[in-house]
Amino acid sequence: MLCEHCGKNQANTHVKRVINGKVYEAMLCPECAAKMGFGSLTGTLNLGSLLGSTFTEAFKDAMLPMSDQIVCPECGATFNDIAQDGKVGCAKCYEIFYDRLLPSLQRIHGKTNHTGKLPRSAGIQAKQRNELDRLREDLAKAIEAQEYEKAAQIRDNIRELEKKEGE
Amino acid sequence: MNGNYTEKWYMKSGNEGDVVISTRIRLARNLRSYPFPNRMSQPQRQQCDEKIRDALLNGNSALANHFEYLGTNDMSEAEIISLVERHLISPEFARQTDGKLLLMDDESVSIMLNEEDHIRLQVMRPGLDLDGAYETADKIDTLLDEQLPYAFDDKLGYLTQCPTNLGTGMRASVMLHLPALQEKGIIPQLANTVSKLGLTIRGLYGEGSEPKGSIYQLSNQVTLGISEKAAITNLMGITKQVIAQERSYRENMKNDIRTVDAICRSYGILSTARILSGDEFMRLISNVRLGVAMGIIEDINLDTISWLLISAQAGMITAKEGHSLDAAQRDIKRASLVRNTIKS
Repeated sequence: MLCEHCGKNQANTHVKRVINGKVYEAMLCPECAAKMGFGSLTGTLNLGSLLGSTFTEAFKDAMLPMSDQIVCPECGATFNDIAQDGKVGCAKCYEIFYDRLLPSLQRIHGKTNHTGKLPRSAGIQAKQRNELDRLREDLAKAIEAQEYEKAAQIRDNIRELEKKEGE
Repeated sequence: MNGNYTEKWYMKSGNEGDVVISTRIRLARNLRSYPFPNRMSQPQRQQCDEKIRDALLNGNSALANHFEYLGTNDMSEAEIISLVERHLISPEFARQTDGKLLLMDDESVSIMLNEEDHIRLQVMRPGLDLDGAYETADKIDTLLDEQLPYAFDDKLGYLTQCPTNLGTGMRASVMLHLPALQEKGIIPQLANTVSKLGLTIRGLYGEGSEPKGSIYQLSNQVTLGISEKAAITNLMGITKQVIAQERSYRENMKNDIRTVDAICRSYGILSTARILSGDEFMRLISNVRLGVAMGIIEDINLDTISWLLISAQAGMITAKEGHSLDAAQRDIKRASLVRNTIKS
């Protein structure tokens, strides 16, 4: 079919956007799609859209099959909404679209596992993992300072925690 | 909001003050029970604003007495702009209708509500003080965490509207005065190097190759998979190297009579001019700051320059005046402010 925007070129990009619950859909040619900011890296300095474009790979895959109808039950966002402006809808979205967000997160941060401060609401596993990280740091410091007795004590604590984690 | 006389954080210079103007730590946090700001309804936004306000102000901490809850709807345009100039709110927040913020009396801590995230907590310190700034941010964050259920995932860390902030949600930055590195054309090379180390450097006032006042902001880019402590240590290490580099170029410039002449002329103009545009002020104050740091100018100190860098901005001058000023009137006010400050 021909592009619904220019009516000249062959359309090969299906775009869909939800604005205030209303669904807008169109088949576009690559040129018009790029002009309208779908999957284009050029011509924008806006961080949001730049980030959106880092999602393009995953975005395209999600676009092609018409089966991309998963909607976040808490905020109503679809993955396409997120991919378009680089903004996630709510905390639940991260759970629903986790697998699809992961490649982009890997690209942005290089890593995909949090380390650092934890809030009260963090799970027991995260807390144990943090404690382990802290102990390993202490161990390295103790060894560097040649405090071997202290190091042995820390090592025992680490083993104990690791055993717990394995359970 | 200008009614109290608590000394503001920007009235002083700090550690490594010859190169580092200030340090900032920013934490992004969201509440579990609301969608992120882009998908919030107006009633949700208001509810969320109030919940965060109450968590801080009604908490048992002594800190509560030092905070004020402000709405941009109650401010003039100049007052709002002056908040941006003091780095207390973002330009995006300034454009928001009725943005709410919690502001500490010495203006070293501000919490923007429902900007890009529900909570944008930031702590400012004069000079290089990443540990000190983080300690305060951490304390206030823990206080809020006791009252508010944060959006958090064991794998992804603190959940944020923009995935670039996931993990610690922490952006640590130092504001650097780099006139010598800029003069020598080193900045692009530096930008290239730091980007490989997970950091980013950009002009604070204007993005071009020569930002106004030669003031740059160096900050961490990566927030997921690196702890707050590690990110701060990393930024600290690189900042120290940049400082050393800037100082060594300055040392070479000391013997260049043209540089010394430019510095002294700039001081002459600042202390006598009757009309000063914003751009001219930034160019001259940068030269004078360099002169003070290098010991060429001894009549004023870095504290005064830190204060002027904020107070001579357009919004600050207009807000102080209490009524609107056109550009020409403002330039006259600016010249007189600078002149009187230098004289006293």
